[in-house]
Amino acid sequence: MTEQSKGKTISLPVLGSVSRRTAMKGVGATLGAGAFAAAISPLRHLADTLTVEELMQQHYQELSADGKKKVIERLEAETKEQYGADVTISDPRPIPGTKFVYAINLSVCNGNGKCVEACHNENNHDRDTNQSYIRVLEMQKGTMDMEQGNTTYDHEVPAADKFYMPVQCQQCDEPPCTDVCPVQATWKEDDGIVVVDYNWCIGCRYCEAACPYHARRFNWKTPNVPAAEVNPDQGYLSNRIRPQGVVEKCHYCLHRTRKGRLPACLEACPTGARVFGNILDPDSEIRWLLENKRVYVLKEEVGTKPSFFYFFDS
Amino acid sequence: MSSMPVRPKHPEGTPGHFLSYRKFLLRSLALSTDGSLLFYTWMIMLTLVFLVGANAWANQVVHGMITTNMTDHVSWGLYISNFTFMVGVAAGGVMMVIPAYLYRDKAMHNVVILGEFLAIAAIVMCLMFVVADLGRPDRSWHLIPGLGRFNFPISMLTWDVIVLNGYLLLNLHICGYLLYMRFLGRTPNPKWYIPFVFISIAWAISIHTVTAFLYSGLGGRPLWNTALLAPRFLASAFVSGPAFIIISMFVLRRLQVPILDDPIHTLLKILRITVLISLFMVVSEIFTEFYTGGAHTSSARYLYLGLHGKNALVPWIWTAVGLNIIGAILLLHPAATKRAVPLIIACVFVFVGTWIEKGMGLIVPGFIPSTLHEMVEYLPSVTEWKVSAGIVAFGLMIYTIAIKIAVPILSGRVSPPGQPHPPRDC
Repeated sequence: MTEQSKGKTISLPVLGSVSRRTAMKGVGATLGAGAFAAAISPLRHLADTLTVEELMQQHYQELSADGKKKVIERLEAETKEQYGADVTISDPRPIPGTKFVYAINLSVCNGNGKCVEACHNENNHDRDTNQSYIRVLEMQKGTMDMEQGNTTYDHEVPAADKFYMPVQCQQCDEPPCTDVCPVQATWKEDDGIVVVDYNWCIGCRYCEAACPYHARRFNWKTPNVPAAEVNPDQGYLSNRIRPQGVVEKCHYCLHRTRKGRLPACLEACPTGARVFGNILDPDSEIRWLLENKRVYVLKEEVGTKPSFFYFFDS
Repeated sequence: MSSMPVRPKHPEGTPGHFLSYRKFLLRSLALSTDGSLLFYTWMIMLTLVFLVGANAWANQVVHGMITTNMTDHVSWGLYISNFTFMVGVAAGGVMMVIPAYLYRDKAMHNVVILGEFLAIAAIVMCLMFVVADLGRPDRSWHLIPGLGRFNFPISMLTWDVIVLNGYLLLNLHICGYLLYMRFLGRTPNPKWYIPFVFISIAWAISIHTVTAFLYSGLGGRPLWNTALLAPRFLASAFVSGPAFIIISMFVLRRLQVPILDDPIHTLLKILRITVLISLFMVVSEIFTEFYTGGAHTSSARYLYLGLHGKNALVPWIWTAVGLNIIGAILLLHPAATKRAVPLIIACVFVFVGTWIEKGMGLIVPGFIPSTLHEMVEYLPSVTEWKVSAGIVAFGLMIYTIAIKIAVPILSGRVSPPGQPHPPRDC
């Protein structure tokens, strides 16, 4: 700034006499602040959906019984308001002495995709993106190389010389996804199910990068589910409609399985390829199967110790 | 820049820091908003780009990250690419600090604050890129230790939160303390900044190491799962950081800020080595990937040659290879020590080359093919470009303002409190 410009002053009613440059700076700062407010004004829309209670909500594991009840009531009311559906959100806890394990008989699975569809409906997935926790790989017989597989096949099944391998969350005993989460929004429960607190996840997607099984999904937008299609039987850590911007994953249908029912994908399977149960129960079918069949796990070499097994029967 | 003789201690004794620090801040505010027409044009341009970015980000937060081109297959894109690159730029500033303080290079000592300012601006950009990538920025308080649930030490991301913010604080302290002391006309007390300078040297290495571990620790991503990643990150950081500083030194010269040849030559000497180490590491990776073959090398094959008919990243990586090789040749050519133009071109080339190599050439192909070997490609959306440009504009504003404040203070054109102001001309 030169001495000359310093000399020029103008008179303002309140501030009195200020240099022209100072006045211009004030105008500039005001304009800048106004432009910034205008630029971020779309954020106003958040006020419609984001409540203070939600913003300040504690981690699932820190909620008191009473606090949890209030949160669930709020979520049910929000679902009613935003989706027009009456839903019941339960919060079943792991059953002591239970560790859930899944197995799929690849000799029987014929790639019909009913499990994918059942998962989509059961778990209130976004209709627009046709989301599901399950992907079925059409594999070439004679190889286990997934690179030669295909998830987007669209023809009559089973095709000649192909076998089919559904992949979903493997509920690993050494889950890399929970290790990497910076805020402990995802963890492994006592019955072996890896869950996500959808109200704690910050949406960094580090878990998606860490998972070797492409098991995790991100809510790139608010899920769209027509009121008539909303599954009203919901769990807090499972199939309640997820908020935008958080990660979700297969939870072995814990809102069903912890109440003695079977996962939706298993019930929908017309071939009987899917076997689910408590590995700690010596009389269970899954226990017999793991003891007597030659089972394998996916990507054993990455050391994740899946609770999800595959076997061939013939 | 700070070649003026240090003034004796304030004759009337030390005025209260409460008052003098307030004066220092006010003076800094005045300095950062006073300037030539060129300065105002530059700042207004950056502000406009920043506003476009802020608007795009606000829309992304409201409508969801569907506005980006990321998918469940490629779940990190341009934001995390830029984040990774900027961590390198921040760490690269240490290549001025090491000669200045470890080797007591006097000429470098006079301009070392440029490296520290770059570190500050780059770290701020890093933090902004992380926030831009969050699906729920409203919940970022979950990341604050004590307030949220900080998954330390098992999550490498928590380490990154610590080292990045720590590095920011270290550099803010060092720069702020030195400037304030010079503003008061006092000799900075070494015990108040020298220990922090040496901590910051080790810390600079740590920020890029931790950022590399974020990726290299993932067993399910073979492209990243290599012990060479952290050394490679550091080598390329020591290319991009010094390259940017050389460019900014030439710009400052144009703006009549006296910068000697010596620091530029020192940085060039460093660049000549780091650019070769960086290229050597790339060659080592390429050899291992392509000679071995197999499913673990699919990402590298996709990146360099295309795979199963998909080749969106092939032009990117070969551009980077070309820029880095030509840049390296230009840097090594004797002309680089004598003429400005070839040196500036070389710096621009290796800077852009490193940006591609670390982002679109490393973060993105880590996801392609996906862990179930599906081929889903990715190129950034308009929203992602806007937000990224906005963040870079903001970073450049910080860098500009910091230099704008520092140059007059360090060159003694700002008088300490209690003395008449000399004419301002910056």
